[in-house]
Amino acid sequence: MATETRAPIEEIQPFEAQQEIDGGVVLIDTREPHEYQEAHLEGGKLVPPGLLGDEIEAAAPDKSARTILYCRSGNRSALAAAQMEALGYTDVASMEGGIIAWQEQGLPVVSATGMTAEQRERYSRHTLLPEVGPDGQVKLLNAKVLLLGAGGLGAPTALYLAAAGVGTIGLVDDDVVDASNLQRQVIHNTERIGMPKTESARLFIEGLNPDVKVVEHNGRLDASNILEIMGDYDIVVDGADNFPTRYLLNDASVRLRKPVVSGSILGFDGQVSTFVPYEGPCYRCLFPTPPPAELAPSCSANGVLGVMAGTMGTLQANEVIKLILGIGEPLVGRLLLYEALGTSFTELKVRRDPDCPICGEHAEQIPESEMGQFPDYDLFCAGAGGDR
Amino acid sequence: MATVRIPPVLRPKTGGTPEVQADGGSVGEVLQSLTAAHPGTAEQLFGEGGELNRYVNVYLNDEDVRVLNGLETAVKDGDTVVILPAMAGGAA
Repeated sequence: MATETRAPIEEIQPFEAQQEIDGGVVLIDTREPHEYQEAHLEGGKLVPPGLLGDEIEAAAPDKSARTILYCRSGNRSALAAAQMEALGYTDVASMEGGIIAWQEQGLPVVSATGMTAEQRERYSRHTLLPEVGPDGQVKLLNAKVLLLGAGGLGAPTALYLAAAGVGTIGLVDDDVVDASNLQRQVIHNTERIGMPKTESARLFIEGLNPDVKVVEHNGRLDASNILEIMGDYDIVVDGADNFPTRYLLNDASVRLRKPVVSGSILGFDGQVSTFVPYEGPCYRCLFPTPPPAELAPSCSANGVLGVMAGTMGTLQANEVIKLILGIGEPLVGRLLLYEALGTSFTELKVRRDPDCPICGEHAEQIPESEMGQFPDYDLFCAGAGGDR
Repeated sequence: MATVRIPPVLRPKTGGTPEVQADGGSVGEVLQSLTAAHPGTAEQLFGEGGELNRYVNVYLNDEDVRVLNGLETAVKDGDTVVILPAMAGGAA
């Protein structure tokens, strides 16, 4: 065997290998499975050294095809190349320096969890956290989150979810960017005044993180479209500016069993909570009926401190990320109040209402034919919304 | 003496202050002290029959008084009564 390992093996540099790989070759990874899982070259087939004799023909059936082998540093792949030549392979090369040299030259790898080298770099401060790790980051990359409103709360939420690598972000908004938005809606900018908010937000997110796919829903959620729009998403973030939409969203989310991270702001005050259907209360358990119009002022009528949108919107983003990762204690059954002038937080308990018409004990008995039918929320809310 | 947290929508009725001190041995008595001192708050808190409006939540410290003893829930010195109506501000 010693003579075989000394046989003249063709060795090529990583950049040469890359050119050949791009043109199409058989690429064999001659390491152990745990190494392969951590990171490998795209298209590389795993054939561990001890199994080469048994597995190489399945991985590389054509003995005359160009075949490139690599390992960690280039030793095992050179040995394997010699072995393969002995088995009759005629065009085998070993990559010098292995995947270490490959990565040192900034060339891309994929991990078994699906991240490219660029993603591993981008999200390294996440993956260093044991609570996130590469697997958690992949959960974020695969997550689909719908933001109701690309305005005050939606802007900071979208920024941080996009930066975190949440792979699909849907934006529902029928408004265009107005100069009066820019005091708090940091995802938009002066040049984009007059542009639909969903488009403006998409442009910002695409510049921030190309991993994120933005889906624009440039319109309003209503009873006719909400189930279809929400159906594609894992989690909904409620930053709606009116009660009819908040109740509609709640009722639909309970039916679809999708968690809602709900936030609202006014003046110097903010509220945030997380509603996970049947695990905790829903929005109607907390607020069974909307207030009359005089008790439901809007930000446009009453004003809001701009940074409040950032404070509460980023708290919403934090809730979303915890739900995706399955870590920590989301605000389920808890309502967090923030008062900015005193810089004070207050936490209140929210309990499931057994008589809740939406998620209470009798809600399961709603017949299939009535599922997806919603009451007239504008009537129900008696003019408490719409003052946008 | 209890501390009553006043929500933004009621602050115009309390001279803008976010907290009011009010006497009373029960949640109902504390709220009555509040409405006596700031009459404008009464119609927004209570219905015609004197019951709490359903769109206003009231908490003693961190617990909804509806799961305690309602307006009769006992209040100790230093307790906090939180008045909480729903808010919808967010996007526009």
